[in-house]
Amino acid sequence: MLNKEMKILIVDDFSTMRRIIKNLLRDLGFNNTAEADDGKTALPQLQSGRFDFLITDWNMPAMNGLDLLKAVRADPKLAGLPVLMVTAEAKRDQIVEAANAGINGYIVKPFNAVTLKEKIEKIFERIEANA
Amino acid sequence: MAKRSPRPKPQVSPLLAAARELVAKAEAGDEEGTAQVLEQLTRMRGDTLFEELGKLTRQLHESLNSFRTDARLIDIAARKIPDAKDRLGYVISMTEQAAHRTLTAVEGRIPVIGDLQTRAADLRERWGRLRRRRMGAEEFRALSGELDGFLECVEQEMSRTHSELTEVLMAQEFQDLTGQILRRVIDLVHEVEAHLVDLVRLSGEQREESADEQPTGNSEPGGPVIPGHSGADVVSGQDDVDELLSGLGF
Repeated sequence: MLNKEMKILIVDDFSTMRRIIKNLLRDLGFNNTAEADDGKTALPQLQSGRFDFLITDWNMPAMNGLDLLKAVRADPKLAGLPVLMVTAEAKRDQIVEAANAGINGYIVKPFNAVTLKEKIEKIFERIEANA
Repeated sequence: MAKRSPRPKPQVSPLLAAARELVAKAEAGDEEGTAQVLEQLTRMRGDTLFEELGKLTRQLHESLNSFRTDARLIDIAARKIPDAKDRLGYVISMTEQAAHRTLTAVEGRIPVIGDLQTRAADLRERWGRLRRRRMGAEEFRALSGELDGFLECVEQEMSRTHSELTEVLMAQEFQDLTGQILRRVIDLVHEVEAHLVDLVRLSGEQREESADEQPTGNSEPGGPVIPGHSGADVVSGQDDVDELLSGLGF
């Protein structure tokens, strides 16, 4: 079962997209969310905030989502954090690169509520199965 | 033009040939011949002059043209591009405002609708018990009071929902304005493109049209996919992503 209390960080440079994801998560029962507008502001939040899940965009100004993912995987305290990328980047090479960098799920924009739900469920099913 | 001569002696220019002929004719005392060759020589000199004049004229013409293009480009760079940047910035702020207006209206309504739904389900269950005559007088009084309150609440909230939906409707008006602005910016881009093509042509540089270039590295973000502009290296949707990732063991 999914833990509805888990703390989720939403990282996107567009506030409207953060609001949309936040609302979709609330609809799915996840109310414990926080926001950051790019990787640079997200990383310190992650390091101090005991997050259970990270949802990030790729293309952002100061530090992009891929670099954030790499930073998370390189940090011993954050390395195990599940990361879902929600992005407009749709090149095959990019998706493979994100996979190699240790992504747990990849959603390409435009997306819908059903896809978000499925991917989150799948990510935590796999984590549970591997635990 | 170096035509192959059957004679082994070196090529002689038409001018030198005419000069030699002139000397020969003069030495021979052929006055008529001398005059003819002189006339020929004068004509030759005139031809060369015309040729040079033609070249100069063409160069002048091209320089003027290029100067005109430069002037238009200066105007574009100094005035139109900053203007276009302002316009595009305005498009971003308008679309952002519209999205926030819509989101605010929706966020305000979702909990209200959820609450009404819960209350309606509760009342329906109790109403059913009343109809099956499984309700005491005390409970009925409570139910009837709550029903009153519920109906009043529905009436009010539906009226508010109506105005919030109108707000969502009105928030879409940006599309008309942003569409017009974007169209003008596209026109400007076309204009710049045409002038740049002119400049490239004037500079005489021969360039192959649209050579397939791969300017970006793998991790360079390419931005959203635009329908009809995606190559084979781009996924067509979430199903494609899932397939690709499942191939990688996801």
